[in-house]
Amino acid sequence: MLDRSEVLHVARLARLRLTDEEVERMSRELSKVLDHIEKISELDLEGVPPTSHVVDVPGGLRADEPRPCLSREEALASAPAVAEGGFEVPSPGL
Amino acid sequence: MTLLALTAAQAAEQVRAGELAPAELWEAYRERAAADELNAFLWVADEAPASPADDAPLAGVPFAAKDLFCVRGVPSQAASRILEDYRPPYTATVVEQIVAAGAPVLGKTNQDEFAMGSSNENSGFGPVLNPWDRSRVPGGSSGGSAAAVAAGLAPWAIGTDTGGSIRQPAALCGVVGLKPTYGACSRYGMIAFASSLDQAGPLTRDVTDAALLFSAMVGKDHCDSTSVAFPEAVRRPRAEDLRGIRLGVPEELTSEAEGLEPGVRENFEATLRLAEELGAEVEPTRLPHAAHGLSAYYLIAPAEASSNLARYDGVRYGLRVEADGDLVDMYSRTRAAGFGPEVKRRIMLGTYALSAGYYDAYYGRAQRVRTKIAEDFAGAFERFDFVVTPTSPTVAFPLGARTDDPLAMYLADYCTVPMPLAGIPAISIPNGLSEGLPTSFQIAGPAFSENRILDAAYALEQAIGFDGSVPR
Repeated sequence: MLDRSEVLHVARLARLRLTDEEVERMSRELSKVLDHIEKISELDLEGVPPTSHVVDVPGGLRADEPRPCLSREEALASAPAVAEGGFEVPSPGL
Repeated sequence: MTLLALTAAQAAEQVRAGELAPAELWEAYRERAAADELNAFLWVADEAPASPADDAPLAGVPFAAKDLFCVRGVPSQAASRILEDYRPPYTATVVEQIVAAGAPVLGKTNQDEFAMGSSNENSGFGPVLNPWDRSRVPGGSSGGSAAAVAAGLAPWAIGTDTGGSIRQPAALCGVVGLKPTYGACSRYGMIAFASSLDQAGPLTRDVTDAALLFSAMVGKDHCDSTSVAFPEAVRRPRAEDLRGIRLGVPEELTSEAEGLEPGVRENFEATLRLAEELGAEVEPTRLPHAAHGLSAYYLIAPAEASSNLARYDGVRYGLRVEADGDLVDMYSRTRAAGFGPEVKRRIMLGTYALSAGYYDAYYGRAQRVRTKIAEDFAGAFERFDFVVTPTSPTVAFPLGARTDDPLAMYLADYCTVPMPLAGIPAISIPNGLSEGLPTSFQIAGPAFSENRILDAAYALEQAIGFDGSVPR
C-alpha cells in the first residue's frame, strides 16, 4: 500500500510534479500493482545470485582512441535554451 | 495491387532480376503509407532514395522504423510529447546497417510512449488501429510497425521488444515478429526504455522476410558494449519438417496461464498437432518461476526506465516548461507536462522500487527471480530444442477495454516477459483466427539459436498456411 505521503515523496525523487488527482490515482493504481508483485516475496531465494545482465560480454574495453564526434553546434542544436556555447538553465536556487 | 502482394523477399528477388524497378516499389508504398488511416505512421519520407547497389541484399525494399529509432534529421520521438519533433544528430546502428544493406527508410511508426504499453493506447500521438478490426488495439508497444506490415502500408518493419513489444503486436496483427537474443543487435541510437532487456528485431509478413531483415541487423557495434558478434551467418530458412525436434510445452504459460482464451488455446493445440505431424516430439515441461515473470519484469523494467528517463529534463533536447522557480521546479514541471500517464506510473513504480529501504525487497529480489527464470529455461533446453506457447493469451481487445486497469493491461505480456528476462530469442508466427482475429504461436530457444528457431517457424508456417491478407 502506497499512501499519499509516500507518493509525494517518490514524486519528489523522480522530479515529477503531480496534481492532487494524479496523487490519488497513483496511490490507488500503484498499490494494486504492488499487491500483485508482492507474490515474489513468497519465493525462497536464499543464496540465489542476482542477474543484472544476461549475456556474458568478454570485457567491454576497447582502445581509447579519439574518434569523430558531434560538433558543439550539433550538440546544442536541439537545446531549448543556449547561452555562451552551453546549455542554459535556471538557477539551481542554492 | 500485385506489387503489394509480394513479400519483401519476393520483391527483392524481382528487383535483382530486373523485373521490378525499386523506384516503382518505393512510390507504391510511399503512397500507401502517406494515406495511412490507422495512425500507424508518425512520419513518412517524401524524398525518393538513391537506387540500391546491384548486389544490395535488401535490394531497395523500403522498411518502416519504430519511432524510437533515432534517424538523423528525422523526427524520432518515441511517441512522446516530451520529444515532440526531436530530430537527432545521428542514426541508430541497426537503421544504418539496414540502409547500408539496401533498404531505405519509408517512415517512422507509432508506438506506446517510450515503448511502455501493450495496446498502443499510451502513444502521445493517439492510438494505432488494428487493421483486422479498427475498433480494436494493434497490441504494443511496436503496434504501428505491426499494423503497417499487416495492412500492407510497409513491406516490412523494425521494432523493439522489452517484455513482448515485438511479439505481442505481431500476434495481434497476424504478422511475424522476432525478438533476438539480447546483444545480437546494437542498441545504439534506440531511445532507451529498460537497457538490460531492450532488443531490436524485425516485424514481417512471413518467416523468410524476418530472416532476411534480421540478417542485416546483427553484429557487434563499438557504440554498444553489450552487443556481441552473432556466432554464425543468418540463413534463409528452408526446413520442410520438424523431424528430431523436441518441443516443450510449459504448463505455467499454457494450461495454467491466467486469462488464456479458449480460441487461443484451441489454435495452440492445433499447431502442436501439426508439429507432431511434421515429426516433432511434443511433451509437457515446467518453468516453475515463469508465473513470477510479470512481477520481476514490472520491477526491473520500471526501475531501469526511471533511471533512463531521468535525461528528459528540459535541458539538452525536447520540451521545456519555463518556470518562475529554480532548476528543480523547471525539471518537475517539464516532466509533468511532457510524460503521459503510463510513463509517469512506471517512473513512479521504478523510483519506489529503487528507493532507500525498498531496494532489497523489490529490485534485488526481482533480479534473483530473474536468475531462477533463466535457470528454468536452461533446464528445459537440456531436454527440449524449443519451448512453445501462445504469444498472447487473447486476441486483439477493444480500444479502451483495459486502459482503466494497468494490471489487466500488464497481463497481456504474461507469455512474453520470461524470454527477455532470460535474454533468449523467440519468434511469434500467426497460427489461425479466433472470432475473426489472428492468434499466434511462440517458439523460444537458447541464446543465439535464431537460425534453428527460424527453420522451425518456417516449417510450421508452411504447414499452417495462414492467410494474412486483411483487406489491403
